[in-house]
Amino acid sequence: MRLTEHPVLDFQKKRGRKITIYFEGQPVEAYEGETIVMALHAAGIRVLGYSVHKHRPRGLFCAIGKCSSCLMTVNGIPNVRTCITLVEEGMDIRMQQEKPILPKNAKPPEWREAEKVSGDIVIIGGGPAGLMAAINAADAGAKVILLDENPMLGGQLVKQTHKFFGKREQFAGVRGIKIAEILEEEVRKRENIEIFLETSAIMLLQDGDEKLVVGVRKNKELVEFRGKAVIVATGAMEKMIPFEGNDLPGVYGAGAIQTLMNTYGVKPGDRVLIVGAGNVGLILAYQLIQAGVEVRAIVEAMPKIGGYFVHAAKVRRLGVPILTRHTILRAEGKEKVERAVVAQIDERWRPIPGTEKVFDVDVIALAVGLRPSIELLHQVGCQIKYVPELGGHVVIRDSRMETTIRGIFVAGDSAGIEEATTAMLEGKIAGIAAALEISSASPEWLKEIEKAQKELDEFRAGPFGRKVLEGIKKVVVE
Amino acid sequence: MSEIPHYLREGFITVEELRQVIELPSEERLRRRPVAIPECPQEIPCTPCKEICPTNAVLMENPNAIPIVDYEKCIGCSLCVQICPGLAFFMVHYVGDKARVTMPHELLPVPKVGEEVVLLNRVGEEVGKGKVITVVPREKSKGDTPIITVEMPIELAWDVRAVRVVRE
Repeated sequence: MRLTEHPVLDFQKKRGRKITIYFEGQPVEAYEGETIVMALHAAGIRVLGYSVHKHRPRGLFCAIGKCSSCLMTVNGIPNVRTCITLVEEGMDIRMQQEKPILPKNAKPPEWREAEKVSGDIVIIGGGPAGLMAAINAADAGAKVILLDENPMLGGQLVKQTHKFFGKREQFAGVRGIKIAEILEEEVRKRENIEIFLETSAIMLLQDGDEKLVVGVRKNKELVEFRGKAVIVATGAMEKMIPFEGNDLPGVYGAGAIQTLMNTYGVKPGDRVLIVGAGNVGLILAYQLIQAGVEVRAIVEAMPKIGGYFVHAAKVRRLGVPILTRHTILRAEGKEKVERAVVAQIDERWRPIPGTEKVFDVDVIALAVGLRPSIELLHQVGCQIKYVPELGGHVVIRDSRMETTIRGIFVAGDSAGIEEATTAMLEGKIAGIAAALEISSASPEWLKEIEKAQKELDEFRAGPFGRKVLEGIKKVVVE
Repeated sequence: MSEIPHYLREGFITVEELRQVIELPSEERLRRRPVAIPECPQEIPCTPCKEICPTNAVLMENPNAIPIVDYEKCIGCSLCVQICPGLAFFMVHYVGDKARVTMPHELLPVPKVGEEVVLLNRVGEEVGKGKVITVVPREKSKGDTPIITVEMPIELAWDVRAVRVVRE
């Protein structure tokens, strides 16, 4: 179930030392540098627990720490997000019992013991937006603290094996995984950027003129981050749609499948049905074929393909059918997905009886859209608006990415669902704007903001940018 | 419903549809030397093909414009096929009663020069067999994408857009 050969990726080089972890007492082979669920998945373990009331099996869904479907008890500690927690030799992994109890000898850390870290700008999220914000804020003279809950920098770039669109100076023609490497190298060579990985921001507060970000490192240490400004670049989370059996293990968010096969080299399954023919669904289909997985079909409820035609053409010529005006009716299987039933829908989105098709698949990928992760911005009191064009609830902001709270900025998908290219440009704007606001940057930096704004306008100028521009009109205030 | 183009309902473009988007090169031009064909009918923000072209043969008024190739300026260098993030550029060349089609091949295995491969049309159907004439490996490709040139019967030149490598 582990990939050894791949046309784009080399896992032999990436994999760390072989170690052993224990699932329900049974030894499981794992490699240092991978997360717990990846090792379990590679060993064929799909069921991570059972629901409390109906005792339904639970499996992985988002794989990036955003949902809670992978919570397990690790070394006696319950509710560990096993999708972002790295394996360690001898780890004891257990499915959770009803109402998991913290062992008596495990003491929660005391507040006054929290480590304190201060800087000028605290950036939450090490994806394309956060990395670009960090690089630009640092170059504009700020002392930057960058934190991310995942064990590696790059955000979703680390699983993007396809080449990016746009202009060549914006990395067009370069694979996302390579862009992640380039940006990480840039961040690491700057001495005024301090990086905290495996660190979740759980609270964002105003403390006088300062901003306070409460973080939890490796699930156990409290850390207090203080800065004059904060940039929230927390990305997005996969949307779910209702259908019978959508909670079965094997129904994954598209991103989770990319994480499995592209980041950790674990084959997600043998036969896949993809729901959604936007760019994510189409790109995913191509990447699955590259990983040697069969894609049985892509179903799309809209009457047309929503993603770029060229991505659709790539998978069609390899024999993958795209069924527009079709929807998934149900996932079937006992402990995990064994089949998917789809049907054609009419103009009013109702399934047409007699059009059902059954696909024997072990994985159903949901590529039905993303919603911005705005929890921290919500909690600190930024003004919020529901803007469907941007994927859901987003924060009101100005053209320099500053929210309704002075000194709190937003960038990337957490500001509205778009692309990594626009996330990088927004990150650059937010990074410089934050540095200007705390007076670390000289006014010449304004030109760089204007340049990035112009590039954003250009990127959004075509028909694909229309919807986003409609959304932006609703949230950008001056 | 009728305003949705066929290629967006089905995910592949027919030659007739392509002809409505771009003019195809003349038979005389196709015989002279390889020529780049963009199969990129949508306005998307993307310009690497234009930026990499050494003879400015890829025309694009703005970053969202559809790429149009000036077939007289095109020297058949294949850089656009190598760089295109959408894997939407191909090269076609008529040689005698054969056609040579250059296409990206980002799958394993990458075929070897001289190897016989199964030819696939735009919907992945097997339409014949062809012989691999040249291979630009990933390391030498400008866009990190291996590209291959496959010789095939001339009548398949406008159908075949992928290959399957079958080995024992």
